[in-house]
Amino acid sequence: MPAVRLTKPWLPLAPTLAKLGGQLGVFQLADEDDNIIYIGYAGGNSLFGLRSAINQATSDIPTAAKVRIEVTSAYHSRFKELLMVHKADYDELPVCNADINIGKLSPN
Amino acid sequence: MNLDLTHEQELIVGMVRRYVREEILPLELNLDPDADEISSEDKARLVKKTKSMGLYGLDIPPEYGGPEIDLVTRTLLAIEMSQHRAGLYAPCYGTFGGAGLAQLFEATDDQKERYLYPTLRGEKRGFFGLSEPSGGSDPARAIQTKAVADGKDWIINGSKLWISGADKADFGLVFARTDQDKGRNGVTCFIVDTDTPGFHVRRVVHTLRSAHYATELQFTDMRVPSSNILGEVNKGFAIANDRLTRQRIPYAAGCIGVAIKANEMALEYVPQRETFGAPLSSRQAIQWMLVDNEIDIKQSIWITLEAAHKANQGLPFRKEAAMAKLVASEAGGRVVDRCMQMFGGLGVAKDLPLERWFREMRIRRIGEGPSEVQRHVIARELLGSSLR
Repeated sequence: MPAVRLTKPWLPLAPTLAKLGGQLGVFQLADEDDNIIYIGYAGGNSLFGLRSAINQATSDIPTAAKVRIEVTSAYHSRFKELLMVHKADYDELPVCNADINIGKLSPN
Repeated sequence: MNLDLTHEQELIVGMVRRYVREEILPLELNLDPDADEISSEDKARLVKKTKSMGLYGLDIPPEYGGPEIDLVTRTLLAIEMSQHRAGLYAPCYGTFGGAGLAQLFEATDDQKERYLYPTLRGEKRGFFGLSEPSGGSDPARAIQTKAVADGKDWIINGSKLWISGADKADFGLVFARTDQDKGRNGVTCFIVDTDTPGFHVRRVVHTLRSAHYATELQFTDMRVPSSNILGEVNKGFAIANDRLTRQRIPYAAGCIGVAIKANEMALEYVPQRETFGAPLSSRQAIQWMLVDNEIDIKQSIWITLEAAHKANQGLPFRKEAAMAKLVASEAGGRVVDRCMQMFGGLGVAKDLPLERWFREMRIRRIGEGPSEVQRHVIARELLGSSLR
């Protein structure tokens, strides 16, 4: 069974942003203490995929210090899944995510 | 069967066609290409509109408050409602409402009070839990989820796969084996509240279809009262089978609508696009693609409407429904594929809906019973039920 959580290592924001490509996918932003503060995605309408989506998100969230990404064309369902997993783990959405209509997961 | 639309059918079909073009298509310009939801404000506004059109809750029987519209007309409307980017799996973003789980119309009065009426009022949502990791096309044998009687309750253990909407549902219809030795006569349908201890939605199953995703469920010592059995013990297979048969007609209609829209786009594009000094439409290779599209679409429409007509008359329609699902899903895939080819690079970009339709249409040849199972159903109808 594939992992439902995004478990890749956190990367420092600035150098990672400089190297990011234009693929579609999902990402998480964390503060200095590795707390997930935002979950986002680069969808079909994003100008340069993950690069522009993360740039946009970090300009709105100055406390973002780290990022981790997952390139996927199933960005829509993966985004919803990551939000549901976060809610299952912490009983709330990340602090910088707006409240949206999501379902309920109970991951292992 | 009369092939002409009645005046009333023409009016209603025209009304829905305008609704899709004036209300739904403009909204999609600002949505993610894979979106399957609109904002709650837009949804409330559009539901108000479909209610004022007298077309809300099309699949709800009139005795439960739905409009009195026959199945042939509803099929024609389903063809119209799917003619937009999200149309295959979120036709008109649910603004025409729905009957929810039609099986609940056969429920007990108490079950109707607890599940059917709240669903019709939009207060509760349900899911249909049939398929398992062991398979979905042959529920009589594939169901391994077990329910064991314990006093007045049943204890359910097992898992389900490819289940849409379970993560947002308040309850679901869960099929479980209640007699190990009786094959299709050993399956029971339970109505399960999703807040029951032991009910888990473990993960999202990521597929070609990023919107309207499926989930995997796990049941661990889940206690369900006998009063939540839908129908009778060991008679669940008939409930599942009836649902599978009926679902094939709207499923086919969705494929047809998308094929019509894709073909319309191609017909508009090829006279404008020039190659080597002449419009694409002057090329025989392109003309033949359009001809094949037209034939595929027409065949699908008539076979599907015949199935709807037979069902509407109360005649057996299992064979016709299987033919409709088989023909429309395969033809729809071919039509979208040809249209992509005519659009070239633009056809595979997310700028146009063809890319999404191509992915989602591929699933239609597998979902609700793959093409091979439809052929098996048709063969069984032709050769007799003794055919295994």
